[in-house]
Amino acid sequence: MISKLADARKGAHGLIGKSLRRLEDARLLRGAGKFVDDIHLPGMLHAAFLRSPVAHGLIHKLDLAEARALPGIAGVYSWADLRPRWQHDRMPLALHASGIKFDVDPFCLVKDEVCYVGECIAIVVADSRAIAEDAVALIDLVIDPLPAVTDPCDGLMPDAPRARLDTPDNLVALTRIKYGDIDGGFSRAAHVVKERYRLSKGGPHSIETRGLVARYDARDETLTVHSNTQMPHRAKQVLVAALGLGEHQVVVVNPDVGGGFGPKALFHPEELSVPTVAMLLGKPVKWIEDRYESFVSSAQERVQDWDMEGAFDANGRLLAIRGKLSHDHGSSTPYGIALPYNASSNLVGPYVLPAFHIEIALCLTNMVPATSTRGAGRPQGTFVMERLLDRMAKKLGIAREEIRSRNLIKPGQMPYSTPVVMRDGSHMTYDSGDYPECQKRALEAADWAGFATRREAARKNGKLLGIGLANYVEGTGRGPFESASIRVGASGKIMIASGATSQGQGTKTMLAQIAADVLGVAPADVHVVPGDTRATPMGLGAYASRQTVTAGNAIFAAANEVREKAIKTAAVMLEAAAHDLELKDGVVRVKGVPGHRKTLAEIAHAISGVPGFALPGDIAPGLASHVDFQINALAFCNGAHVCEAQVDPGTGHVKLTRYIVVHDCGTIINPMMVDGQVLGAVAHGIGATLFEWMRFDETGQPQTVTYADYLLPTAEVMPRVEIHHMESPSPLNPLGVKGAAESGTIAAPAVIISAVEDALRHLDLHIRDLPLTPPRLLALIKRAQKAGERP
Amino acid sequence: MSAHDICVSVNGVAHKRAVESRTTLADFLRHDLELTGTHIGCEHGVCGACTVLVDGLSSRSCLMLAAQADGRAVETIEGTAGNDGDLNAIQRAMIEHHGVQCGFCTPGVVMTLIELRRNLNGRPIGEDEVRRALSGNLCRCTGYQGMVDAALAVLNAAGA
Ligand code: FES
Ligand code: FES
Repeated sequence: MISKLADARKGAHGLIGKSLRRLEDARLLRGAGKFVDDIHLPGMLHAAFLRSPVAHGLIHKLDLAEARALPGIAGVYSWADLRPRWQHDRMPLALHASGIKFDVDPFCLVKDEVCYVGECIAIVVADSRAIAEDAVALIDLVIDPLPAVTDPCDGLMPDAPRARLDTPDNLVALTRIKYGDIDGGFSRAAHVVKERYRLSKGGPHSIETRGLVARYDARDETLTVHSNTQMPHRAKQVLVAALGLGEHQVVVVNPDVGGGFGPKALFHPEELSVPTVAMLLGKPVKWIEDRYESFVSSAQERVQDWDMEGAFDANGRLLAIRGKLSHDHGSSTPYGIALPYNASSNLVGPYVLPAFHIEIALCLTNMVPATSTRGAGRPQGTFVMERLLDRMAKKLGIAREEIRSRNLIKPGQMPYSTPVVMRDGSHMTYDSGDYPECQKRALEAADWAGFATRREAARKNGKLLGIGLANYVEGTGRGPFESASIRVGASGKIMIASGATSQGQGTKTMLAQIAADVLGVAPADVHVVPGDTRATPMGLGAYASRQTVTAGNAIFAAANEVREKAIKTAAVMLEAAAHDLELKDGVVRVKGVPGHRKTLAEIAHAISGVPGFALPGDIAPGLASHVDFQINALAFCNGAHVCEAQVDPGTGHVKLTRYIVVHDCGTIINPMMVDGQVLGAVAHGIGATLFEWMRFDETGQPQTVTYADYLLPTAEVMPRVEIHHMESPSPLNPLGVKGAAESGTIAAPAVIISAVEDALRHLDLHIRDLPLTPPRLLALIKRAQKAGERP
Repeated sequence: MSAHDICVSVNGVAHKRAVESRTTLADFLRHDLELTGTHIGCEHGVCGACTVLVDGLSSRSCLMLAAQADGRAVETIEGTAGNDGDLNAIQRAMIEHHGVQCGFCTPGVVMTLIELRRNLNGRPIGEDEVRRALSGNLCRCTGYQGMVDAALAVLNAAGA
């Protein structure tokens, strides 16, 4: 199959690898995009939620009467009011995950026990959002508080209070990665480093919040949901199961979507309650999350506590790593164990690690569920490995690049199978790449060797400058499949539909570019419909940097089928042999015979069918194809980051002055868009390292619910990022592509902290906690200075 | 809820409307006038997605009440392309330099750059100054580099 398609590539039109300008941009730049909040339907009502003001407690009183009496209110509903509409007490989300001890599906509205600040208790529907919010304020709510679990380590202590009364304890899952001779590795070790890290990672913070408009048409008994979900087909599945409808009765459609970054892939409670009340009221209902709601109720990443030790031989070669990861999982299990498992498996990274044992404990806490945001746990695992390497390098007195070189997997070892067992039972296997070369290029691009001079020059100006290095891998293109269909209309226009979705990555351009390359048409003549359950019967959507791998290869195969069919049909129409024909620039012609030709439009017209007449040559109708591209193995992209950081020891302020990325995501479809993905992902990594910190007090009250408290990176603090590419094609798919959307985030925390420690190397600082805010760094500096003063 | 009769010029067209006291300029533009190109990202004045020009000055339309816009001239993203619908130089540069991904922050960014361009009045500008000017517009997709490059290209072009 793969070689056959690779052959088909030979007819291509040279668009793959070109920085085509995006098809999406002009509309968006005019302000003519159509985002979910831009949808206005006649008679539309607006929803607002009463949310829990406390992290844990039992509802003592919930009186909706006054709210219901407010003019302009269409309805106010609690769990008990909507339960008759649902098939289950809870939202039927459970993602199969081994290791989960008790599936704790979230409630759509709180039944009796509130488990985090922001949990939906009641939904109010009104003529306007403002009136709905007025009514929320009139609801009489009394909660008997319970002790809250706010820390994954405390929550796993034997005497800890329970985060939920419906589970016997807080250890919702205990899983492990274990292979190799751990004890032997540690007993043979010449050196051991032991460290404990506490890593808080930033949330998603797409500038467009979550939202949906739901409409139920009683005449055709169809529920249509316009939603900015990353996974419309999954949302449809949940709605079908929760509401007891048939698949034919539920449509989920993406409008333009203003960023995703993970949590929009999760099915949140509002995505069920809003459609439910729309059905109940027989009117369209809109709910747009406001920013406060986004801080308290959208899934986020938070704290992981890593207690780790690494064993090395006398030359700095890794022998074994062991330890424990305590993960704050939040109050329910809507998304399995992927986040801490990714974190743990990605610790291995591009290195030969002979033995590894990590116990992964998932602790229920009284917070919104923690699920994947850009990077999906991998930055934390990479951080731990890279910090252990830096520590050991220092201990051994060898250079940071040298300890890495000694441990990197060599290109001759590819494909490299690690003993780590993945979700589907297979072994984590790196498919291609040249990791030492990647590091080498990053060091060269950064002029690593010449850094001493720059450090000295900075010192003369009273500045402390440091340089850091980090390597990483990312498993991308998660299966099991993605769909794409393509149809050439009799007008000559081409329509693509795919289960892939778009949150700004340029999914439409990517799919159009691949199809246009195969068929030799203008990408602008290709219309792409992503994320619409009417256009595509099955699909998965955006997660795990997967869409160019899965949907890209699906459209590549489908376009090639169309190409073959066009030639076969033209052979009949031109009375020529198929092997004498070629498809070039949207026209099938007899090789070497000018004028003997049929356009794709003519061919499509010929097999579109006329009542009562046979199709030419008994060819099946329609110049079209649908392919579900199936894949299970992950395509591993990799990279190396180098950055320079200037540290002000008087304030703890860190300024990144240079940032270099060498990135290998296999075949590149559109270099400009890949650069854009890498840049955006690096920005998320910089935010998570230096700025973004979702803070809670000891009672579970969120403390950072505006962008004045929770800092996102701005244009001013972002360094210019210099990106270089390597292209090691993946042998796993015909295009040879790997995903690129998250990888930039993965190395950022490790490389920045490496550079900061280097800038402060005279103090011998160890930075163990993220994010590294100025007050935190200042405290570390002061402590180190004090220790240095002691005799 | 008290109402106010206001008259606001938006992209050169006068609109006479009655608005509630609590209606923000952003909601007025989006819902009353159906100019949905102005986006709302935070409603607390930090993200800049809602940036419009009021009497030529960039303003957070989420922090301004519609009633406060009475008698003023508002410019929004819908008024930026030429009469023929052609994109202006800033918009074209945003395409060329990949300054757009999801497009949600984009209208606010373009309005900020339009103001900057007018203020510069042909004076050349460096990267640090562009980054400072854009620091009130949060973008979560692009890492800013594309929009910074777009701005530098347009603002430093001959005849800018
Ligand atoms: S919506 Fe106005 S600044 Fe964010
Ligand atoms: S392009 Fe998505 S927020 Fe800026």
